[in-house]
Amino acid sequence: MRVVTLKINGQEMSGRDDEDILHVAREHGIDIPTLCQLDGVSEWGGCRLCLVEIEGSPKLSAACVTKVSEGMVVNTNTERLAGYRKSIVEMLFTEGNHVCSVCVSNNNCELQDMSHELKIDHISLPYRYPLKEVDASHDLFIFDANRCILCTRCIRVCDEVEGAHTWDIAGRGIKSQLISDLHQPWGDSPSCTSCGKCVEACPTGALFEKGKAAGEMVKDARFLVYLEEMKEEKS
Amino acid sequence: MGKIITIDPVTRIEGHSKITIHLDDNGEVEEALFHVTQLRGFEKFAEGRPFHEMPSLMARICGICPVSHLVASSKACDMLMSVRIPPTAEKLRRIINLAQIAQSHALSFFYLSSPDLLLGMDSDPAKRSIVGVARENPQLARSGIQLRALGQEIIELLGGKKIHPGWVVPGGVSHALSAEHRDHILSKLPDAISIAQSTITWFSQQIEKFSEEISVFANFPGLFMSLIGSKGELETYDGRLRLADDQGQILEDIKAEDYKSIVAEEINPHSYLKSPYYKAQGYPAGMYRVGPLARLHLANSCGTPKADQALSLFKSLDHRSAFHYHLARLIEILYAFEMIELLLRGDDILDTHIRAYAAANAHEGFGISEAPRGTLMHHYKIDDNGLIIYADLVIATGHNSLAMNKGITQAAKHYIKNDKLSDGILNRIEAVIRTFDPCLSCSTHAVGQMALDIQLIDASGAVIDRVAR
Repeated sequence: MRVVTLKINGQEMSGRDDEDILHVAREHGIDIPTLCQLDGVSEWGGCRLCLVEIEGSPKLSAACVTKVSEGMVVNTNTERLAGYRKSIVEMLFTEGNHVCSVCVSNNNCELQDMSHELKIDHISLPYRYPLKEVDASHDLFIFDANRCILCTRCIRVCDEVEGAHTWDIAGRGIKSQLISDLHQPWGDSPSCTSCGKCVEACPTGALFEKGKAAGEMVKDARFLVYLEEMKEEKS
Repeated sequence: MGKIITIDPVTRIEGHSKITIHLDDNGEVEEALFHVTQLRGFEKFAEGRPFHEMPSLMARICGICPVSHLVASSKACDMLMSVRIPPTAEKLRRIINLAQIAQSHALSFFYLSSPDLLLGMDSDPAKRSIVGVARENPQLARSGIQLRALGQEIIELLGGKKIHPGWVVPGGVSHALSAEHRDHILSKLPDAISIAQSTITWFSQQIEKFSEEISVFANFPGLFMSLIGSKGELETYDGRLRLADDQGQILEDIKAEDYKSIVAEEINPHSYLKSPYYKAQGYPAGMYRVGPLARLHLANSCGTPKADQALSLFKSLDHRSAFHYHLARLIEILYAFEMIELLLRGDDILDTHIRAYAAANAHEGFGISEAPRGTLMHHYKIDDNGLIIYADLVIATGHNSLAMNKGITQAAKHYIKNDKLSDGILNRIEAVIRTFDPCLSCSTHAVGQMALDIQLIDASGAVIDRVAR
């Protein structure tokens, strides 16, 4: 490990060479939007909202999975990036069935917050209105595929923290879907410990507690950060 | 060859509709039909949703009376959970339902109908609006605004927002009432009660000017249906379901959730609005009316002193006429504010035990309550996991469908003597519909808009005259 110096949005800063751009930027007060990133679990690079421009590279890089290096010059908020981010979030809305007004996570939803942050006031793409199911077979929780953005936060927290690996993705591309165990009803899952970490980690109303009415599901995944800190103290 | 007169769109009502008046070969009115031209479809897209989401989802049916749907839906969900909700929660639900009734009635009477009642049925259509009312009688317009505003404010203080509050939930309500909000509402009620009283006094002095309208505005014998309290008093949240004739003879008095044993629905090709009827008398003879007129016809008292005084005036009138929906609405506004005051002064109204928690414990649930326009019925079935597999809504406006058709036919027969139309005649036919205060967005599960078009159609089906807005 060594310390490198770099420039993000014209601001000089330094970071460890095993850190990614996202964390170094945030340590220095520069926020980069994310949806699939969650402190306390591994990085995935799937939502593509944290794309940044790196001088000298023709392609955009996901800040959450790109390590900083000596002399790197990064731009996180150009007009081009803003346009891509808007398109990404618009596509998330059109790909599922997100009806905020009647959703359990209304006003407590990271997707909704992101659309506000990016000033998305309408969707320019046609909606797909896919026919998706609600799995309410679990005693305590419900999975509503209509609201799932495939961020895989539930998969990572279940696998890396709880150690159960109940969740996974089946299918590819537009047919990708979240499944429990071998694509069986969640309530029949032999691996699920009913710990509820996936529910707290989920950024939208896709995973929620049974019995919650519209707007009542408030999530808090900060326990992951505390776990992380406790692990560091121990080591 | 006969003709058809079309009024399209019908104005100053909630939703989109038209009226057609069918004339025979001699130019006499044969029948008039009220067409609701929008379709909503909420029953269908509720399928597959977790039942705890139903109240908020159903509230989205209507921006005027979301609270009515919240209440009926939550009651149906209570039954799915098989819980008895905490007493304070029931009282709080009663208060928000009464506030909804008051604000909706104020909208109907002052904003939509008072232009006809104050300025006259034949007045200049350009001025026949709430703006015209404000010019002619500013106090009347102010009264309407104040009463509606207080109803809305109570909804906001209890539910967090005026339109589509999510506060009424399966098992009770989500937040307790604060002492501060209670005191604020209590401080405003005396004014509202006195405004409602003075409007009743003013309107009762106008009634005789409308004797012709009273005689032909859906004035016929028939049946009335509403919820009723255990002592035969006015009831808007719970109680038994009663059906009686215009003479007061009780034909049915049943548990509200058994309504399907006495009510069936017929579908008409001319409208998206279904036509419920009393099964024992068949279709269409089993026509009945719901709403303020029916509630006050069936109730032997309101249970609050000032409203009871006004009720005796109502009972002395020929209230078979739909014209008296107007007075009934004013009396219910008075009742609502008086009753809210009584409930707010109860010892346990600030209790924080306001919600029962349970999973799905029954496969079928009914929620029946009185909405501003009449008896509202929600009926759900769920699977073992609590997902909705069936939803059936009988909306207050729908109950009145047959009576509205018969009412406009009666008025059209009286006023249209040849195939010539005047604005005053058309306005009277619309005004018959307005007495019922239909809410079409609620009642059809719709896609579209409301306004009025009257067509005169001959026996061959050709349109020979038309007045549209």
